[in-house]
Amino acid sequence: MTVLQIIFYLFSSLAVFSALMVVISSNPVRGALFLVLTFFCMAGLWMLLHAEFLALTLVLVYVGAVMTLFLFVVMMLSVTRLNLREGFVRYLPISVLIVLSVTGLAIMVVGPQRFGLIQMPLPPATPADFSNTASLGLLLYTHYAFPFEIAAIVLLTAIVAAITLTHRQYPKKHKSQRVSQQIAVSPKDRMRLVNMPSEPKINSTRKGQ
Amino acid sequence: MVSLSEFLIVAALLFGIGIAGILINRKNIIVVLMSIELILLAVNTNFIAFSYFLNNLAGQVFVFFILTIAAAEAAIGLAIMVVLFRKRGTLEVQELDLLKG
Repeated sequence: MTVLQIIFYLFSSLAVFSALMVVISSNPVRGALFLVLTFFCMAGLWMLLHAEFLALTLVLVYVGAVMTLFLFVVMMLSVTRLNLREGFVRYLPISVLIVLSVTGLAIMVVGPQRFGLIQMPLPPATPADFSNTASLGLLLYTHYAFPFEIAAIVLLTAIVAAITLTHRQYPKKHKSQRVSQQIAVSPKDRMRLVNMPSEPKINSTRKGQ
Repeated sequence: MVSLSEFLIVAALLFGIGIAGILINRKNIIVVLMSIELILLAVNTNFIAFSYFLNNLAGQVFVFFILTIAAAEAAIGLAIMVVLFRKRGTLEVQELDLLKG
């Protein structure tokens, strides 16, 4: 058993265990933290597959940004503890059946008799100065430049959509000054000089009262 | 050395766990979103494993795009969840039956 195999089995067993805990745990905060652990283990596996840039991207972008967003939302919505059990037990048999059949079929297909080391030998070792990031960037900016731009537009759309969905204008509960109107005011708006003739004095009014 | 099939089996296990998370969970829509992330992670692992063993970088470019789309999906999904929680005050999947026929 080589060092690579030890690392592989360590990371993969930890990843599968923490993925199970994501599904099982009744506390969503704990589930999100286990998902972070799964991402870390899978980043280790990606390192074994010589995908250094993507492994680092997974840790930085996914764990650093997306999972932080998840944790923020989970904690802000304050649904920390839910009784997961009733639905859990009720739907457990059918879902276990479906999952076992799907996973069993997949494992049968990708088993070692089809994708073992004999059928798919290891690729030739890359030279020491080979840079995964540079070659990926070369491919991305030449051959995949147009999909790259589309991905940027998708991200922009996501930003606009998220802001539009969650932004809300509070209804006016109190009266406040409008500063722009205050600044733009001129003396003519505030004071009106009325030119009216003076009335003659009437003596009879006081007697009449 | 580690063969391709072992990476694929780990990815298949993760994929199955993700599907189980969607199927089992009837209480919390957050766990459904996290299960979707698990499924995407399994798919990405498949892509990267094939990319390494076939010595072709196109798989890694695909993973790059999948990561981008998954980030956008998580952001919009969380935004929808926040709006839903404001409107209905719950995140239970069973309660979200506005569209039932």
